[in-house]
Amino acid sequence: MSSSSIVTLEDVSFAYGGQPAVQNVSLAVEEGDFLGLIGPNGSGKTTLLHLMLGLHSPDSGSIELFGQPVDEFDHGEWIGYVSQQSTQKSSTMPVTVREVVTMGRFAHAGHSRLTDRDREAVVDALETVGIAELADRRINQLSGGQRQRAYIARALASDTKLLALDEPTVGVDAESRDAFYQLLDSLNEDGITIILIEHDIGVVTDRANRIACVNKELYHHGDTESFVESDALEEAYGSSGRVVHHHH
Amino acid sequence: MSTDSTDSTENTETTGTVDTAETTDDTGVRRIIEHAGIALVAALAAVMIAFITLYWLREYPVLGTAYEQFMLVGEHVDALAGTNVFRHPFMWQSMATGVLIGIVAPMVGTFLVHREMALIGETLAHTAFAGVAVGFLFSATTNWGISLLLSALVVGILGALAVQWLAERTNTYGDVPIAIMLTGSFAVGTLIISYGRGFTGINIESYLFGNLAIVTVEGARMMAVLSVAVVVLVALTYKQLLFITFDEQAARVARLNVTWYNTLLIVMTAVVVVGSMQVLGVILVAAMLVVPVAAASQIANSFRETLYLSILFGQVAVIGGFVFSVSMSLPAGGSIVVTAIAIYLLAIAASSRSVAALSTH
Repeated sequence: MSSSSIVTLEDVSFAYGGQPAVQNVSLAVEEGDFLGLIGPNGSGKTTLLHLMLGLHSPDSGSIELFGQPVDEFDHGEWIGYVSQQSTQKSSTMPVTVREVVTMGRFAHAGHSRLTDRDREAVVDALETVGIAELADRRINQLSGGQRQRAYIARALASDTKLLALDEPTVGVDAESRDAFYQLLDSLNEDGITIILIEHDIGVVTDRANRIACVNKELYHHGDTESFVESDALEEAYGSSGRVVHHHH
Repeated sequence: MSTDSTDSTENTETTGTVDTAETTDDTGVRRIIEHAGIALVAALAAVMIAFITLYWLREYPVLGTAYEQFMLVGEHVDALAGTNVFRHPFMWQSMATGVLIGIVAPMVGTFLVHREMALIGETLAHTAFAGVAVGFLFSATTNWGISLLLSALVVGILGALAVQWLAERTNTYGDVPIAIMLTGSFAVGTLIISYGRGFTGINIESYLFGNLAIVTVEGARMMAVLSVAVVVLVALTYKQLLFITFDEQAARVARLNVTWYNTLLIVMTAVVVVGSMQVLGVILVAAMLVVPVAAASQIANSFRETLYLSILFGQVAVIGGFVFSVSMSLPAGGSIVVTAIAIYLLAIAASSRSVAALSTH
């Protein structure tokens, strides 16, 4: 495995009870990749992402994050994670945007007080995603698109090197969605590695430079062009033809 | 009350321009009032802890004099207010325990409520009740007189660890494991009490409904020590607890030791519940973990403000409830909880009015 690998999976399998969710998957995410992770509903995309991040332990196979075995990995500040749960939960918890973004600094601060540097990182992150003026609003008063930006800001505040997003634009209007993906593009250009789960395959083929197409097993992993030319999509989704497959 | 380990909002006010001066003034005033309130609560807690410490160590030369002075002040207060409260050490003990409950219960409750673990307090109170029963049976059948409260604390913490264990195994703080723990420990408690009734009479009602008179010297001391420990722990782990409360998965990915902090939170809950049980009783103890927080969440804008307001509301409920209970000779527990719920209703009214004011603006 090269030293620039961010995530490496080797022959990874995982099952819930007796129900296999991920089978014999091997893939590597390299530094600077924008990986689109696609597959039909219930294909184990989220499980695969959880395995990569260390939220589940594989039944077999090995996983490395930044060259360390995933269960020993201890640089939490290098990963920004926007879960499905966090974005779809209409939380009633009173918490401001600034408080949420500040959480990105907690892995740095540990039990000591936050410093001026931490606060500066928070302000910078809010400005980068363009929601500085919303800093003192409650997060549940924000629109879907603004809220996504707040979660991205939390990742940026922690100096993330890897950004993992699980269907981040569910319930976000089309215009905000385009702007959101432009933001991801520019972050990727700045060198942040991105793993994106997205059900809209058009978005993925437009934005991502690498694609992993899964349905329990890995059907395709490679650059986007070779994916578009391959039959991986039909194989993974079955030949039912229900797939909306539009390239631009 | 040094929970301000992340006072980012205070120091990075970026909108202080002339145009927005009016609105920031408004939130500024609100902040000043809240901070003054918290300072007042802290001062009150300091006086109460000072009393417990002086009463504890009154055998020692200088402290004994200080204690006498303290009680002298109490007599003066009684004379001025025409009451018969502040001259009695046992009333001070109850007040001290009450004030400390009003701080630590909402403080821990703020995290519990927003993790949707509101009923965990009720569960642990019933576990602690089983602990009281165990301690009672143990004292009755052996020659070792052990403290019922200490027994409740030990069994309560064991119960907390059991709930945590169940939650890890079933992947949730779902209501089924909680219902099983709650009823199960209460069932065990009633069995032990009925079995033990043959040995000696026990006033079980005091533990069920709470009673100012069962705040023992030892109970008040325990509450003081535990309260200081809980406040220090929350201050140290505020950031981690907040992150986990808001987004547990992201906290895990950021490599926070989520299991450890969850265990800490639930053990602190058990500690607070056992301490509060003396005044509030098993059945009502969960209210102080939940109701002030619910009221605060109605009107607070940030999590930190929720924490501050919860403590303020908790304190008002305790003091208001005490006054009501002493003046009407009614149980303190019920009085405190009813006062807390009145505050909650006022908070709902206030928040719906401010929404109306905004929309007609």
